[in-house]
Amino acid sequence: MGYAFDFGALLQYFGLFAKGTAVTLGLTAVASVLGILIGIAGAAALHSKKPWLCRAVSAYVELIRNTPFIVQMFFIFFGLPSLGFRLTAMAAAGLAMTINLAAYAIEIIRAGLEGVAPGQAEAAKTLGLSAVSTFGLVLLPQAIANVYPALVSQITITMLESAVVSQIAVVDLTHVADFIQSRNFRSFEVYLVVTVIYVLLAIFMRRLLALAGRGLFAGRTR
Amino acid sequence: MTFTFTRRFALAAALSVALPLAGAATAQADELDDITKAGVLKVGIFEDFPPFSSAGTDLVSQGYDIDVINALAKSLGVKAELIGITGQNRIPFLTEHKLNLLVSVGVSDERKKVVAFTAPYAPYSIDVMGPASLTVKTAADLAGKSVAVNRGTLEDTSLSEVAPKDTDIQRFNDYNGVISAFLSGQVQLMVVGNDVGASVLAKQPDIKPESKFQLLNSPSAMAINKGEDRLLAKLDETLAAMKKDGTLDGISKKWLFVPLPPEL
Repeated sequence: MGYAFDFGALLQYFGLFAKGTAVTLGLTAVASVLGILIGIAGAAALHSKKPWLCRAVSAYVELIRNTPFIVQMFFIFFGLPSLGFRLTAMAAAGLAMTINLAAYAIEIIRAGLEGVAPGQAEAAKTLGLSAVSTFGLVLLPQAIANVYPALVSQITITMLESAVVSQIAVVDLTHVADFIQSRNFRSFEVYLVVTVIYVLLAIFMRRLLALAGRGLFAGRTR
Repeated sequence: MTFTFTRRFALAAALSVALPLAGAATAQADELDDITKAGVLKVGIFEDFPPFSSAGTDLVSQGYDIDVINALAKSLGVKAELIGITGQNRIPFLTEHKLNLLVSVGVSDERKKVVAFTAPYAPYSIDVMGPASLTVKTAADLAGKSVAVNRGTLEDTSLSEVAPKDTDIQRFNDYNGVISAFLSGQVQLMVVGNDVGASVLAKQPDIKPESKFQLLNSPSAMAINKGEDRLLAKLDETLAAMKKDGTLDGISKKWLFVPLPPEL
């Protein structure tokens, strides 16, 4: 093998790796919180059975789930300025990730709601709970508990797919790797290091969210 | 054994006498005369180097270089024969006399050892481009501005060297990203070669991009074999005439969308 490995060449870029990791995590956090909130709202809209609302939400879910993430992001970043709607690369990336995650979250939470026994809603109605209270206090917690692992998976996928935002010059972990690689041509070392960082981030996130889930849904998870 | 050794030695001795003579013989035959006699000027061109030379929709080569070659051949009274070459093989093609002329060659001391250069005939530069409305004159003016560049290219490294610390350099994966970000107004400036810049100017965007200043200026010249002084003089004379009568300026406006720089 004629290649001399030199991981020391990466030491001077420690700060850049840290910055990239922070951007990747930050974008994922924002997209996850907003995306799941929209997901809950969307699932509630579907649950309401109002025809026009259901149709609008379904159209959104279909549109996002049937197009590539990179195309959605390019549309927001490169396309929307033509309509006078200009976002910074970071905002465009955050918005694209949120919109994307929200569509999947709607589907996941809707499935969770369908898994709640019909007797729950009937019992709430009998006890005189309003429709809003029934949904928020009885159905939603059980629905989320049902599909919590799927939500965690979707958040992890969003984090990993966020590598694509490097294409619009957001300085995330992948962009940092590409940048360093273009400067010192140490492809093997650079991409090995980011691979390890991504693996650690994903494992860390799953663990943390699983722990949070155990606290939130104690006794509810099946 | 002794016999073969002697024979080889004799052959080597004979060759060492004959080869310089052969060399002298070819040097005497003048390449300009050869070209006029054959009626053909063989020119090596890049097949995919727009807007200098690339295949058009009819698969016929077109571009700045092609127009210059045709004008050149016309004034020499010969036909141009275009031969596709690559950056790696073109100098051997020339020195092996498979070609008479190379175009789009950057002048360097290293290359001067192997080939002879004509006067420069085409602008080649790395420019900081921005809309007419934005005032940027030097690298220091880049402070606080957003600039798109293709990551890892010569443009990237040249820009990174001179840009002030608080320049927002946005590095994209390809020229498409750079151009899209610039045209959609996501960045204020972009740094590209004038070949890429021409493809942007060709779209005639509303923001009227223009070159603010150059990070690198290395006009292209033509290269011929060394020792062909008559051919070199003839080419230089023809190029000078083309500069004077506006032919080159017209070609520059047609393909690069800018007038021929005065220094050429």
